Amino acid sequence: MPLLRLARRATLLWAALMTASSLLPLPASAAEEQPRRGGTLVIGSTQTPRHLNGAVQSGIATALPSTQIFASPLRFDDKWNPQPYLAESWKLADDGKSLTLKLRKDAVFHDGKPVTSADVAFSIMAIKANHPFTTMLGPVEKVETPDPYTAVIRMSVPHPAIVLAMSPALCPILPKHIYGDGQELKSHPRNTTDVVGSGPFRVTEFKPAQRIVLERFDKFFLAGKPYLDKVIVNVTPDMASLVLGLERGDIQMLPFATLPTDLKRFANDPKVSLTPKGYDGIGALNWLAFNTAKKPLSDVQVRKAIATAIDKNFIAKALMGGFATVSDGPLVASSPFAVPDLVRYPLDLKKAAEMLDAAGYKASANGERFKLTIDYLPGADDQQKNVAEYIRGQLKKVGIAVEVRASADFPAWAKRLASHDFDLSMDLVFNWGDPIIGVHRTYLSTNIKPIVWTNTQSYANPKVDELLNTAGGLIDPTQRKAYYATFQKIVTDELPIEFINQVPYHTIASKKVGNVPATIWGPLSPLDEVYLK
Amino acid sequence: MGTLRYAASRLLQALGLVLAVVVLNFVLVHAAPGDPVETIAGASGGMSPELMAQLRAQYGLDRSLPVQLGVYLGKVVQGDLGYSYFFNLPVTSMIAERVPATLLLVLSSVLLAFFAGTALGVLSSRKPNGWLSQFITVLSLVGFAAPVFWLGIMLVILLASVFPILPVAGMRSIDSAGGGLKDVLDVAHHLVLPTLTLSLVYLAQYSRLARSSMLDVLGSDFIRTARAKGLADRVVLYKHALRNALLPVVTVLGLQFGNVLAGAILVETVFNWPGLGRLAFESVLRRDYPTILGVLLFSSIVVVVMNQLTDLCYRFIDPRIKAS
Repeated sequence: MPLLRLARRATLLWAALMTASSLLPLPASAAEEQPRRGGTLVIGSTQTPRHLNGAVQSGIATALPSTQIFASPLRFDDKWNPQPYLAESWKLADDGKSLTLKLRKDAVFHDGKPVTSADVAFSIMAIKANHPFTTMLGPVEKVETPDPYTAVIRMSVPHPAIVLAMSPALCPILPKHIYGDGQELKSHPRNTTDVVGSGPFRVTEFKPAQRIVLERFDKFFLAGKPYLDKVIVNVTPDMASLVLGLERGDIQMLPFATLPTDLKRFANDPKVSLTPKGYDGIGALNWLAFNTAKKPLSDVQVRKAIATAIDKNFIAKALMGGFATVSDGPLVASSPFAVPDLVRYPLDLKKAAEMLDAAGYKASANGERFKLTIDYLPGADDQQKNVAEYIRGQLKKVGIAVEVRASADFPAWAKRLASHDFDLSMDLVFNWGDPIIGVHRTYLSTNIKPIVWTNTQSYANPKVDELLNTAGGLIDPTQRKAYYATFQKIVTDELPIEFINQVPYHTIASKKVGNVPATIWGPLSPLDEVYLK
Repeated sequence: MGTLRYAASRLLQALGLVLAVVVLNFVLVHAAPGDPVETIAGASGGMSPELMAQLRAQYGLDRSLPVQLGVYLGKVVQGDLGYSYFFNLPVTSMIAERVPATLLLVLSSVLLAFFAGTALGVLSSRKPNGWLSQFITVLSLVGFAAPVFWLGIMLVILLASVFPILPVAGMRSIDSAGGGLKDVLDVAHHLVLPTLTLSLVYLAQYSRLARSSMLDVLGSDFIRTARAKGLADRVVLYKHALRNALLPVVTVLGLQFGNVLAGAILVETVFNWPGLGRLAFESVLRRDYPTILGVLLFSSIVVVVMNQLTDLCYRFIDPRIKAS
């Protein structure tokens, strides 16, 4: 006992020496329910934002800081329910062709100017013109501003995704008095320097590819928030050094962690919390794409045979350490439109071989039926490369010789996918909340384009086109869901893609962090409620 | 040949060399598959073809390669290195921001490698078969053979994780405000690991070189004469032998500047050191042509200048070279 106490004392002394603040660990009984004000939250990120303006740049790299700087009309809870943010109330017209936003009157930008409907109108048109997600605000025709605090978004056709499109990550409200100066918005200098929004934090330092320092905005429109004084986004391309930083206490939060080794290591660390919550909105899927324009993959029986030879449970449990869940369809399971009625392909090597025989691809003397190549997105080995290697092994068992083609880096891989120069490729694609934004693009025959993350599978089915186009114009969620249900059934039956698993994104945070973000947009939403204990 | 004419001819050669480097870089960089607009589209999670075409036109990527090269050279001559496609910032200002970090790292590593390496080499040349000499030889062999990134990772595990006395990565503490003596100490603290890592390989080389050079010189007649004159061991060693033995070491020092600069890319990546090397590496991954070319151009100029200076210094140190 004395030895133990001595050891503990030594540890305490060590801790006191190591941390400048010399904060001693508090007894567990002093559980705090009341959020405390103050402190600096350091977030580790491997993603390098090009700039901080989420209105003209999508992706998680920009959204992480952008949602702190720019407020949006609405925000969402963890059950897909819209919540007031810049808009106090909102009303989607019964015909689905207009959305009326009533703005709160006390919101100001970081330079003190009030946020008005003119800013909302300007931003929405700017996003429509510049944001890469063209389907998101595609039907928007104009935004009327009957008074400074009312904005009416008018659309040419009913557009159900419009409410979700008001999210912080998708609809940052820009100050018109700054961005309305006629300069090209995608390269506007204020995207990087002296960025002004109306969100909970304002930028005090932006060093490209290094760090972003955000400080509390004292006139933020939600009283008493944010709790934190400062948020620092520490950008490092190397996840290992971020993990080390979290262990040492230099970093308090690591969103978007997927590596099973990291997750396993932290799952048992009493100083750290680990949560898979907060990624429903992004809806990231890891899948195997088939080039359906090429033989023999143009034959649906061949695709089905391949799917039957792959054990997704093994991938999720063994390759991903049990942190990932299996995916069987084009929507993440948490999506309000996801249905369980899908065509599934349980592992059965014998059946897979028979299917290939039946399709006319009999094995030759050396046991080989045909050759294929498989590509994968570099930089995410746990989700991509390891799975590709596993698939190669599995397909060999049924007589398909697969050559794994490594790409040196992202542009090299993207080039292959964009030019449809592949047989099989692993891919990692986001749902982005509403199917209109992130799902339609993969299956619409009108979206077969020489660009990565379009319908590079060259999948064309007029029925699917019709289902998606109809579902995209319906306001009633129940009706919409019915169309998406049929769509999911067809797509899992025709299999342009073998869905493998949901990307096991986790937020690793120090136990000192309270209110770790867990809404559908998680770390890509304002961190005004996060606090340090 | 007069020193002036010599310098002028060398300058002309250097300019030609830099031009060749620019053209070669341009061709090589563009030969890699994938283009910057595809990368930007990727970072955006998809993009419409119209938007991509618009970006390609804006960056001049829709023109033929020779035309692009011509435009680029024309701008470079005027001192304009263009804009980063990815960050939309002038390449010159991005380089200017990163140069101090790289210079600090390279200089501290070169100096450490040179002085410590030479010292070890001299030390081991005194008793070439003694245990100390053997130990240093083994040590320098390991240093010579170990890959830089492996050394870096091992040092991180040892000194930043197991014994957490040094920071893992970066150039400053995450929450440092910058400025003042505190900042200098903070940067110095962060400098230790990357410097150790980068210098170890070169340290090993210098120690081997200094050792063999010393042994060479120590076996020559004039040393025997000096000893015969009854000069103290220390004087013979440092005044007579070392000065002569240092000549090849200095040459290598100058020539290796380029190597150290190249090594810095790895070390900066491992330690997240915000220097030119990391900038170059990340720009390659993004196919950010103007930035890659800018960094390569800048580094090649530095290397060429260093080599020229070494040559000139060499003529200065050893007058016999002028005669030839």
